[in-house]
Amino acid sequence: MELLARRKLTNQIALGMSMAAMAFGLFWLAWILVTVIQLGIDGLSLSLFTEMTPPPGAETGGLANAIVGSLILVGLGTLVGTPIGIMAGIYLAEYGRFTLLGRVTRFVNDLLLSAPSIVIGLFVYAVIVATTGKFSAWSGAVALALLVLPIVVRTTENMLMLVPGSLREAAFALGAPKHVVIRKVTLRAARSGVVTGVLLAVARIAGETAPLLFTALSNQFWSVDLNEPMANLPVTIFKFAMSPFEDWQRLAWAGVLLITLGVLGLNIIARVMFRAEKLH
Amino acid sequence: MQAANQSKQSVITGPAQIAFRNFNFYYGEFLALKNINFEMEKNKVTAFIGPSGCGKSTLLRTINRMYDLYPNQRAEGEILLNDENLLSPKVDVTTLRARVGMVFQKPTPFPMSIFDNIAFGVSLHEKLSRAELEERVQWALVKAALWPEVKDKLHQSGMSLSGGQQQRLCIARGIAVKPEVLLLDEPTSALDPISTSRIEELVIELKNDFTIVIVTHNMQQAARISDYTAYMYLGELIEYGVTDELFLRPKKKETEDYITGRFG
Repeated sequence: MELLARRKLTNQIALGMSMAAMAFGLFWLAWILVTVIQLGIDGLSLSLFTEMTPPPGAETGGLANAIVGSLILVGLGTLVGTPIGIMAGIYLAEYGRFTLLGRVTRFVNDLLLSAPSIVIGLFVYAVIVATTGKFSAWSGAVALALLVLPIVVRTTENMLMLVPGSLREAAFALGAPKHVVIRKVTLRAARSGVVTGVLLAVARIAGETAPLLFTALSNQFWSVDLNEPMANLPVTIFKFAMSPFEDWQRLAWAGVLLITLGVLGLNIIARVMFRAEKLH
Repeated sequence: MQAANQSKQSVITGPAQIAFRNFNFYYGEFLALKNINFEMEKNKVTAFIGPSGCGKSTLLRTINRMYDLYPNQRAEGEILLNDENLLSPKVDVTTLRARVGMVFQKPTPFPMSIFDNIAFGVSLHEKLSRAELEERVQWALVKAALWPEVKDKLHQSGMSLSGGQQQRLCIARGIAVKPEVLLLDEPTSALDPISTSRIEELVIELKNDFTIVIVTHNMQQAARISDYTAYMYLGELIEYGVTDELFLRPKKKETEDYITGRFG
């Protein structure tokens, strides 16, 4: 009986500590959210989405060019990084699992995954911006694609590895060639996980500043020309938040709120998708 | 070597569908199956029994060359399917697997609808019209005794079925391709007794159309449903014979010890 009491106590202590750890983590997250909403909500208005970034001291102004620029840059980066990432992930999980090339690729991908984004930004600066002699939106998209790539490779590989070998064998046992097994069975079984990975990668690059600072730079004006610098939320926030002008700072907070809500939304979609598939 | 000699005098009485000749199998360096020689009769149920690790599943998985998926596994000798050596490099494994279907221990429905689960294999090997395909799917589901339970929900996910239903779906998927041989690798070990007895009835039914080879841990099951039984131990075929005789009058001491539960 004494043993049972002691076990119960130990259990309660363990439970209490893990609850405390969870509360500690949630506390900061909640604080960040509250601060961002408090400071950002003032700047939220229709003009935020319709007007361009203003010069300092102007009465009006919004983030329209930065919002559209961010959508274009993130969209292009994802569009380029995702297919390559999924194919590389398929290679790692289905073809090169035990090969030397597979192991080397996996290692290099892990390096890329943990490379600071500023390194990626400087790399693209050196390779594209310095050689073409100008900042451009497409160099920014390349930098973002390089950030998307390792995340998608890793999640695709992991999700495919989770597909039970028996499912693969069952498809092979029906006489399916390997590419059919992958396309119709394993990739399909891992589908929601792979899409979740892509969404998380999008969320990750949506707020990246450093790689864009050296590539797409920013633009005060409306521009959708990929050969020119393009406005985007993170760099605009960076510029506006550091400025002494109050209206710029207000816009920066509004931009921060937009990104936060966007990332939060993507994460929720990713979770819901993953859960829906599991219950299926 | 006695095992080999014994099977020289043919055990089976009808035409042979599958024959092993001087067959060895390796996992890397390890010799997992030693000099296997025997024949399995067409349209009969042959059961492989033996303790865990004896090689019965390994033997089963050679008949559709499943081991081809794993680079360090290798076979030697001959496996004749209707007198054609299926280990020959000329044999195309995808075509072979259309002739030799397989059902696994755990039900493995694909993440797609019930209909598509069955259409998957068929479409790989035959170009059928939509109507013909629908007819084939129904035929397979009727054969697998699953039709009444799923006929109104063919477009629901195969994963939504119960374990026993999933396993019958996998059997339907296997026979939809119209193979000559159906391999069953402990098909009921993950199922409840009622699902198990349904599958056993199904196996007896299906031997009219297919030659069936079943691996089972359950000796009663082997006794109930098989015509011939092979007892394996440590990679060797110890005894092979008509099921009733092997269980009632085993010729080998090892077989007797195993089936009477003195060892295993």
